[in-house]
Amino acid sequence: MKKQSYTENELAKDLENQEYKFGFVTNIESDKAPKGLNEDIIRFISAKKNEPEWLLEHRLKAFEIWKTMTEPEWAHVEYVKPDFQDITYYSAPKQKKKYESWDDVDPELKETMSKLGISMEEQQRLTGVAVDFVMDSVSVATSFKEKLKELGIIFCSFSDAVQEHPELVKKYMGSVVPMTDNFYAALNSAVFSDGSFCYIPKGVKCPMELSTYFRINEGGTGQFERTLVVADEGSYVSYLEGCTAPQRDENQLHAAVVELVALENAEIKYSTVQNWYPGDKEGKGGVYNFVTKRGICERNSKISWTQVETGSAITWKYPSCILKGDNSIGEFYSVAVTNNYQQADTGTKMIHLGKNTRSTIISKGISAGKSQNSYRGLVQIHKNADNARNFSQCDSLLMTDECGAHTFPYIECKNSTAKIEHEATTSKIGEDQIFYCLQRGISEEKAIGLIVNGYCKDVLNQLPMEFAVEAQKLLTISLEGSVG
Amino acid sequence: MKTLINIKDLHASINGKEILKGLNLEVKPGEIHAIMGPNGAGKSTLASVLAGREEYEITEGSVDFDGKDLLELSTEDRAREGLFLAFQYPVEIPGVSNVNFLRTALNEIREYNGQEQISAKDFMALVREKSALVELDSKLASRSVNEGFSGGEKKRNEIFQMAMLQPKLAILDETDSGLDIDALRIVANGVNKLKTPENGAIVITHYQRLLDYIVPDFVHVLYDGKIVKSGPKELALELEEKGYDWIKEELEKAH
Repeated sequence: MKKQSYTENELAKDLENQEYKFGFVTNIESDKAPKGLNEDIIRFISAKKNEPEWLLEHRLKAFEIWKTMTEPEWAHVEYVKPDFQDITYYSAPKQKKKYESWDDVDPELKETMSKLGISMEEQQRLTGVAVDFVMDSVSVATSFKEKLKELGIIFCSFSDAVQEHPELVKKYMGSVVPMTDNFYAALNSAVFSDGSFCYIPKGVKCPMELSTYFRINEGGTGQFERTLVVADEGSYVSYLEGCTAPQRDENQLHAAVVELVALENAEIKYSTVQNWYPGDKEGKGGVYNFVTKRGICERNSKISWTQVETGSAITWKYPSCILKGDNSIGEFYSVAVTNNYQQADTGTKMIHLGKNTRSTIISKGISAGKSQNSYRGLVQIHKNADNARNFSQCDSLLMTDECGAHTFPYIECKNSTAKIEHEATTSKIGEDQIFYCLQRGISEEKAIGLIVNGYCKDVLNQLPMEFAVEAQKLLTISLEGSVG
Repeated sequence: MKTLINIKDLHASINGKEILKGLNLEVKPGEIHAIMGPNGAGKSTLASVLAGREEYEITEGSVDFDGKDLLELSTEDRAREGLFLAFQYPVEIPGVSNVNFLRTALNEIREYNGQEQISAKDFMALVREKSALVELDSKLASRSVNEGFSGGEKKRNEIFQMAMLQPKLAILDETDSGLDIDALRIVANGVNKLKTPENGAIVITHYQRLLDYIVPDFVHVLYDGKIVKSGPKELALELEEKGYDWIKEELEKAH
């Protein structure tokens, strides 16, 4: 009889299911999930986004994996670990209705965007940059979509991609950064709210820079963005990502995942200017930036990461390339600035699997105040990677006597035909250089700007023009009055 | 006639050690003054103190610069007021092009003086004109400031910068050191061509040879932190011939 086989376990299961069905505390119409993380929250996020079953399962699986993992301890940073039950994992910005056109966009949002430095209107008009603006996890405006559509380019929010191009998302999501990869990647896979998706069809050269501005807006809202860029065979895309965050007291967790897929003969250029709130001068507040960024290169393809990092209280970030295909190329150009009490542990991994693969690493660290700035990089040559080549250059510039610069380069080589070069320098900003500038009538602030920008030139040159200008300003602002 | 710079009883020390011990010097517009002296006399200290290096402490004295109290001005404002130092050891600034560096400097000076920013077109025309003056390859103008320059190129670059910024008073701190005879001639020609009835120069040198090319109106001997002897250009020749010992002896006799 049915009743007899009804075990305690089954009862528990039923109750659980009931809870999912009825015990759910949050109204589905709500714009915000309650604090905390459990299966319900994940189901809530998934339901809010009207996701297909496979994606919900993906999230739940990731959550199970995450629960078994512990936060990484190896980075050269110290911080109070986030309380993962005290974070809101989903919040949508308040909006009265969907925007039909740019004119319909809430003026407050527009103001926020203009505070980010470059107004969207200006970008649209002047630069031909298509912007997918992400604010508190939900895309509120997408431009140039039509023009891109003509070329078959898909550039949309991750949520839209799930609805409109599920086959692409299913195929590539997690193919570069598996959910098991690390603690934060697993967390992101479970709770990611939104992000950007980009697909460039075979043979198409994307005619404009694709740009996304991120911003953390609401207090206590964790940001779990997910970006997936797929460049199909023979295609090209330049992708820009910039972020800034308003001042706030509590620490904010940001754990993004970015995956790049460059198929045969494709090229992806991914540029980031990162300016999350770094905390105040005493080190209070600031964003925790724990990001997993990785790209995979098929035959003859190329991935180039360029980053200018000035923000965040804690940065933990290693944009990497898996050079799987023969003749593929990976590049990493980085400027990381830390001031006051900021801590950064950043670098890259170049994994050489294919033959004749090449990688270049140029890292420029600038430490000011009482900050700690670490470069951590891995160059790994696998045994089949004949004639692999790597060139690494890691420079550190110290602005004060109280800051720290550290370099942790790892090299693992299992093929004797490899050529690996590593150069590293550490220097203190020259009082003589500053005096020389002052003697020519240049103010100290401008002098530091000039010297630092000169020092970073090899990296800044990799950025698209308008981005480079913004980055230069950012460097100067970040280091105002920082020489000691 | 007004003075360009009037240094009175200047005392300066570094790390508690007095280097300048009551130095007097007056330069009028249109004049070139040479300052010679043995090593350690305080020649470069004088240049550093006038330019505003913070390591030095001024303990006594005054410096009037074209009607302003020079010692009250910050380093950058001294430059903006028209004081230029050609460095003995010009500094390299990697990644910063000469052109960008000079345009920044020129615009800061112009802003200070209530002038508009120079247009890119006018600026480049000025670069072409002035680089020809010191026979500086225009390619050097677009290279990073002094990076990878030979000793002679660095010195020529200093004079090029001077030409670009058109100071009221130029202080040349051992600009001749490390130059071969051709480079010396080019540098000196540059300085001579830049001479006007309004501006002046203080040429600090160890050797008389520079003064074959830059003919000074006055020669001063700096010894133990003071100007101990002044005279016409012929004094330089005498120093070259006899060295500084006779001046030391003269001083000792006087005591």
